[in-house]
Amino acid sequence: MKPDTTSGNRGLDLEEPLLFELSRPGRTGVDLPEAAKVASHLGGLDREGSIGLAGVSEPEVIRHFVRISRNNYSIDANLYPLGSCTMKHNPRLNEKMARLPGFGDVHPLQPESTVQGALELIHTLGHWLKTLTGMPAVAMPPAAGAHGELCGMMAIRAAHEAKGDTKRTRVLIPESAHGTNPATAAQCGFTVDPIPGNDRGRVDLAAVRAKLGPDVAGIMLTNPNTLGLFENDVIQVAEAIHSVGGYFYADGANFNAIVGKARPGDMGVDAIHINLHKTFSTPHGGGGPGSGPVAFSKALAPYAPLPMILEDGGRFHLIEHRGDKGEPGEKSFGRMRTYNGQMGMFVRALSYMMSHGSDGLRQVAEDAVLSANYIMASCKDDLTSPYPGPCMHEALFDDRFLEGTGVTTLDFAKAMIDEGYHPMTVYFPLVVHGAMLTEPTETESKESVDRFIHVLRTLARRAKSGDAQFFKNAPRYSPRRRVDETAAARNPILRWTPPAPKAQAAE
Amino acid sequence: MRYLPLGPDDRAQMLGVVGAKSVDELFKDIPEKARIKGLLDLPPHQGELQVERALSAMAAKNRAAGAGPSFLGAGSYRHHIPSAVDHLIQRSEFLTSYTPYQPEVAQGTLQFLFEFQTQVAMLSGMEVANASMYEGGSSCAEAVLMAGRLTNRPRAILSGALHPHYRDTVRTFTQFSPIKPESGEPVIDGKEDLAAKLGPDVACVVVQTPDFFGNLHDYTQLGAACRAAGALLIVVVTEVVSLGALKSPGQMGADIFAGEGQSLGVGLNFGGPYVGLFATKKQYLRQMPGRLCGETTDADGRRAYVLTLSTREQHIRREKATSNICTNSGLCALAFGIHVSLLGEEGIRRLAKLNHAAAVQLADALAGLKGVKVRNKTFFNEFTVELPRSATEVVEKMVGQGVLAGVPVQRLYRDRPDLANLLLVAASETNTDADRAAFVAGLKKVLA
Repeated sequence: MKPDTTSGNRGLDLEEPLLFELSRPGRTGVDLPEAAKVASHLGGLDREGSIGLAGVSEPEVIRHFVRISRNNYSIDANLYPLGSCTMKHNPRLNEKMARLPGFGDVHPLQPESTVQGALELIHTLGHWLKTLTGMPAVAMPPAAGAHGELCGMMAIRAAHEAKGDTKRTRVLIPESAHGTNPATAAQCGFTVDPIPGNDRGRVDLAAVRAKLGPDVAGIMLTNPNTLGLFENDVIQVAEAIHSVGGYFYADGANFNAIVGKARPGDMGVDAIHINLHKTFSTPHGGGGPGSGPVAFSKALAPYAPLPMILEDGGRFHLIEHRGDKGEPGEKSFGRMRTYNGQMGMFVRALSYMMSHGSDGLRQVAEDAVLSANYIMASCKDDLTSPYPGPCMHEALFDDRFLEGTGVTTLDFAKAMIDEGYHPMTVYFPLVVHGAMLTEPTETESKESVDRFIHVLRTLARRAKSGDAQFFKNAPRYSPRRRVDETAAARNPILRWTPPAPKAQAAE
Repeated sequence: MRYLPLGPDDRAQMLGVVGAKSVDELFKDIPEKARIKGLLDLPPHQGELQVERALSAMAAKNRAAGAGPSFLGAGSYRHHIPSAVDHLIQRSEFLTSYTPYQPEVAQGTLQFLFEFQTQVAMLSGMEVANASMYEGGSSCAEAVLMAGRLTNRPRAILSGALHPHYRDTVRTFTQFSPIKPESGEPVIDGKEDLAAKLGPDVACVVVQTPDFFGNLHDYTQLGAACRAAGALLIVVVTEVVSLGALKSPGQMGADIFAGEGQSLGVGLNFGGPYVGLFATKKQYLRQMPGRLCGETTDADGRRAYVLTLSTREQHIRREKATSNICTNSGLCALAFGIHVSLLGEEGIRRLAKLNHAAAVQLADALAGLKGVKVRNKTFFNEFTVELPRSATEVVEKMVGQGVLAGVPVQRLYRDRPDLANLLLVAASETNTDADRAAFVAGLKKVLA
């Protein structure tokens, strides 16, 4: 609630204006020397007029960002049950390793002889990814999951076209898929053919078979799927798609549920992206940077993007150009970014993998799945689930338990904020009414999960008791209360602009 | 295992509540033949000390750019990053939060994104910027796709002085779309007539300044020619510090600005993660890719920020989205924003001057060497040098002199042996007089 204090502050919660409103002429947060006098080579293209940037000293900058940071929820502060996003603990060793000058301060175009350790690290991470997915090849360049999807689907299209098969225009995508799947397929020039789910929350195998044809390029299937369920017909789906010459793209967003327990390579998968920021715990940073390497089957491996890394007798080589016939990279679909990939994320992910080892990674999947099932089972008397368990790493609830209460999923989510929790993912997947996709991850203690369950159950009972207003008013204790999204979209204000100079007041 | 709080007793109790005899029962939906029996052939878990030792050994095999004089650029630049930047981005609230889906508990991220958008718009001279892209090359590719959507025209004309990785990324991103890029010969001296290529079927012209070879351009006239022909002008900047000294894309009439923000706040990182910059005119807002943060108010009437215009995005529009991008480069955008905040108006201008002066001093020193020719008439902090022999060989030998001498142009133009003797050399505020002296002395020796 808006505090009644003179300052607008509320104890430790300090209001902070925009940086530009702190600006005073002549202030700066750096001390730079005077530049040497030289003859300008700018060709008269000097920038004229003020850029408009704020002038602020270092202490003010520190306070500014510290104060605004305090308005954020974070996994370091509490359980962050955002389903499909996998908010797990981010070990600080990984941060330290990524900042070693031998990784963090290396230019991407240094001579190969000076970056052998960097190439070795990427190659080693690739080995772990290949082993964990059971796939023979891996492409490291993609900068995020969606970029990885683009990588996989481009390889699929390139593979078809290499065979002279240009008639494959259709991609099958379950209705429950992440929005990135259809968006990616469209970006690769495919049309999207949605596949309905069955009453068990899985893709309908009969529907897949019915949609097969010579114009099908492939299928994009998330597994475990976005409902937190394992697609138990996965092998039959793969066989079906292969039987008409299509390829199987797996969205690996939920790989954290099966790491060390099962391998996509044994399920007939041709391409799968791995979100290093999900399964391998590189920090989410308020929305990136991510990293989305793609593991490929033998059939698609030749089409992988550039650059590639080759090992030859303990020396590592960076293949940056499409090779001539018979050379590596000959059939590559090309380059999809500048330079070599998300090195900073690679170091963190490998540090995480080495810390867990093969035994720890299997435990990661087991504990993540156990915790989600524990939440689902513990809440069964108070919340409703659209599909029976066991689930994988996410417990999915729908809004049937709120029927007739006047409380919506959104209201329920906002009430969780007052209880000190970031809400779960809400209204996704779209195929479940009022969905609440809840992912505790393996890094929560039982006590932490128990406290969370207690809050969920208590709120559910409160909603059913007829106290809708309590939910409509939430959140009350967050740095801001419900924000007006409609106004933001109707009249977009996307940057600060200096206030118009005030008319001279009469003195 | 130090990252896993559950113990055997916890697990047993939880299994009891779930009603499963073993954890494997929870995995029964996975077909038997796809399940792993036992452990995969990878090393077992290790303590911090052991992991640190192994990774440090790998890091030690690399020559850190800052371990000696370094003059590499070609789209990735080594600058001094104020200490406050890395401290602030490691605050838990920034580092370990996610996309601000719940604005009431994400005002920290939303506010810095709003400030970032403002800073990018100011630096580029454009009206609106988004909340970042992955990195420069894919940002440029998205700009071309956007121009295709806006104009419904099939041709994209790429300057021959566009960074080759950007050119290649554009080719990849557009290979299955209606818009097709055309790029000409590499333009070493900055002279090319792009206006002559305009026509009724041209969607956009993509240019870069400083260009890949370091030359500076005023694209104002080209922008006017584009407007007359109904095409969009896309201006790429790979060295964002240059905007502290040079006429901005917006001041030249650019329709879209696509750039790389790595120079400010983000280290070299062997090429990633970086932060893609993207800005445009207000009128094109609805075709813009990526996330946007907007200002609004909360239920108490207080100023607040929120992700907005998401009906452009994949999670709402699915196959009709403006882009498939989801996660962007949040933490790198924060680092960029903090560095720009510390610099301020005065700092960025001074930093740009220092960079230009460092490059002029280096160019003068190198031009004094026998057989060495600086090819540029104009440049900011990077220029092209013609050597009497293969730049690749020279760079390799210079490593022996302790100097990272630059980027051989042929590394990015494999099929152009005629460019073999060209070397891209960049200087920044991090280079000292001693660095320059070491470069000149080393080169003299290597060329002798």
